[in-house]
Amino acid sequence: MATTAKKKDVVIVGLGWTGAIVGMELCEEGLEVLALERGDDRDTIPDFRYPNIADELKYGVRYAAMQKPRNSTLTIRRTIEETALPYRSLGSFLPGDGVGGAGVCWSGNSFRPMAEELRLRSYVVENFGQGIIPEGMTIQDWGVTYSELEPYFDRFEKVAGIAGKAGNINGKIVEDGNPFEAPRSGEYPMPPLPQTVDALMFAKAARSIGHHPYPLPSANASQTYTNPYGMQRGPCNFCGFCDRFGCFNYSKSSPQTCILDALKRKPNFEYRANSEVLRVELSPDRKTATGVTYLTAEGEEIIQPADLVILAAYQLHNVHLMLLSSIGKSYDPVSGEGVTGKNYAYQMTGGTSLFFKGIDFNPFVGAGSNGTVIDDFAINRIDFGAQGFIGGSYICAGTTNGQPIRSMRLPKGTHSWGGQWKQAIKEWYGHSMSIGSHGSNMSYSDSYMDLDPTYTDRYGRPLLRMTFNWKPNDIRMTQFMKNQIEPIAKSMNPDIMDSDYKSDGAMYDVRPYQTTHNVGGAIMGTDPNTSALNRYLQSWDVHNVFVMGANAFPQNIQYNPTGTVGALAYWSVAAIRKHYLPRPRPLI
Amino acid sequence: MPLEQYQPQFFTADEWAFILAATARLIPSKGDGPGAIEARVPVFIDLQLADDFGKGADWYMQGPHDPNAPPQLGYQSPLRPAEAYRAGIAKLNDWCRAKHGGPFVELSPEEQNDILTALEKHEIALASTPAANFFDLLLQSNKEGYFADPMYGGNYKMAAWVHIDFPGARASFREWVGVDKPYPLGPVSITGERA
Repeated sequence: MATTAKKKDVVIVGLGWTGAIVGMELCEEGLEVLALERGDDRDTIPDFRYPNIADELKYGVRYAAMQKPRNSTLTIRRTIEETALPYRSLGSFLPGDGVGGAGVCWSGNSFRPMAEELRLRSYVVENFGQGIIPEGMTIQDWGVTYSELEPYFDRFEKVAGIAGKAGNINGKIVEDGNPFEAPRSGEYPMPPLPQTVDALMFAKAARSIGHHPYPLPSANASQTYTNPYGMQRGPCNFCGFCDRFGCFNYSKSSPQTCILDALKRKPNFEYRANSEVLRVELSPDRKTATGVTYLTAEGEEIIQPADLVILAAYQLHNVHLMLLSSIGKSYDPVSGEGVTGKNYAYQMTGGTSLFFKGIDFNPFVGAGSNGTVIDDFAINRIDFGAQGFIGGSYICAGTTNGQPIRSMRLPKGTHSWGGQWKQAIKEWYGHSMSIGSHGSNMSYSDSYMDLDPTYTDRYGRPLLRMTFNWKPNDIRMTQFMKNQIEPIAKSMNPDIMDSDYKSDGAMYDVRPYQTTHNVGGAIMGTDPNTSALNRYLQSWDVHNVFVMGANAFPQNIQYNPTGTVGALAYWSVAAIRKHYLPRPRPLI
Repeated sequence: MPLEQYQPQFFTADEWAFILAATARLIPSKGDGPGAIEARVPVFIDLQLADDFGKGADWYMQGPHDPNAPPQLGYQSPLRPAEAYRAGIAKLNDWCRAKHGGPFVELSPEEQNDILTALEKHEIALASTPAANFFDLLLQSNKEGYFADPMYGGNYKMAAWVHIDFPGARASFREWVGVDKPYPLGPVSITGERA
């Protein structure tokens, strides 16, 4: 029998980056805020402390900081004809678990998208004509422009304390930054980190053939820093246990190091870990939510009434909760009608490995976000009409870690076991680097999410079902990047060079890690018939539900999503404060 | 404790004999650096299979299971890793008896290498472990046992880290960023050993 709790002004589902941001900003309004986090409570001490955190097997291979499929997973199929099967053990993507979410164990690459990416459909139509958009590609504008979002990118970068080098400040091109980026209102809060050997070599090679290298914008602190909430960080020591790990050194930005201690001091904020929201409760007319129902760690079911419901879980789980709670009409890939679940997209990556007998890369000297980037083949640099695809990549070299179980790069053709393998690991460990392409992924009418007809979770709810495959447009994009990267790699004169890019006919494979950049499914836009959320991340149908996260992306950008997720959260909560709270209603 | 005196927690005597023989082929003792036996990889595998990994404690194991699933859709076996090991060893030994007249451990190193190669190339199909891929499990746990921190039972005396010049759990390299010279210090382990 469910117990009904005392009403709160705001209930937040999930306490990662966006939950912490929205919690902080709405507490400033004096509202009573409750955050419900289904995973464990976690903090630097005791959970991320040295030396226990320097454990590749536990965190890098067994995924101790990630969600357990036993507790929460989904089913996956490549085509509408295929039977979806459960993602039983982690591989392709690694959703974070517990307080801080994936903000604890991310790499820390913190980019802004290109202005063109936020109005991609219009940009393509205006410059290349509607005719180049292939049948079935469902790219859309976001409904918000870069210049509207700029103050919120600035805000997120100051809170998260990003280290980097601006390339365009108010339209003035700045040397050593990215000359192709959209205008920024100011410099990064911290200067760039020092660079590892591979990044320095790539920068030199790229510059010498006329490209424009710049330092990867990084959530690893380059110096001491105090953010606007008074949270303190110290410089990264390149420990080499960063992505998949919590930071023991107060160096990587995370909800813990940037927001939560300040938020926990607010008397009107409360959070409960091990509290899993089962559904959002709607009023009889389904125009508003009345609150949420959740389970405590002890299994007690609690109805939590609230005036405002913020979905701030991971992209997959926000979409799952919306489908389970009937928020927005479920998307149908055949008719193209419905919006919840529409436009799931991922990230197209590839890379070239370079082996040098005579160079000591010391790959264990690494930071999650360290390296040199070029945007010379980014979305606003490519003639889509001439090249025959829509999309782009940032190209990067840098070292995150040299952990030997998961990061043992060997030349193609090396035996994977036996005497030759044992000899090769000695010969090549520490003597290779890679140049990677981190590319966009367009959205398509048959890449989407709905509820699975067969498999259920531990509470008997249908699992989320993902239907996703690689498409020719995006494969042409990554092959184009191969042709740009290989000449740079060759100019560096490696002893051996191997390329690995998806080619014609590639099918999505859930086994190897790719990225945890799952996007779409509850997208933002300008029209309730084609998007689940309006430009303020407000549900078109249920106006007191706002949905944070990369689920809002109508297609994937060429960059890592967190910078955009953070900026959108600040943009949305600013609209809630300024426009919604005085008069709760559909804002559009 | 020497490896010969180790009492397996998960494996039976026959399974243990198989693991000792198979790991010695996957990472042989000959040549530079430790083999799986010197690194005590078998101990690591035994302890892992007796623990949460073997139980598939973190995995979603609810049926139905599709034994003919495309490999790209990931692990789809109803068997938990420890069960997959047990079934895989039994079936591979059956195959060895039928084709070579004895269990894996009694065959010559050359025959063992040929069998592992055929297993890797899916030329030997083990009916008991479809959708689990016994060879992949075996090879992955060999590499884990070779390179994981010694507190998990393998990588004895950090010899695998010394072999490749990985400094283990030191985790502090600020002054070595951008330096193209060999790092001067050997490894430390999480429990404070120094090699």
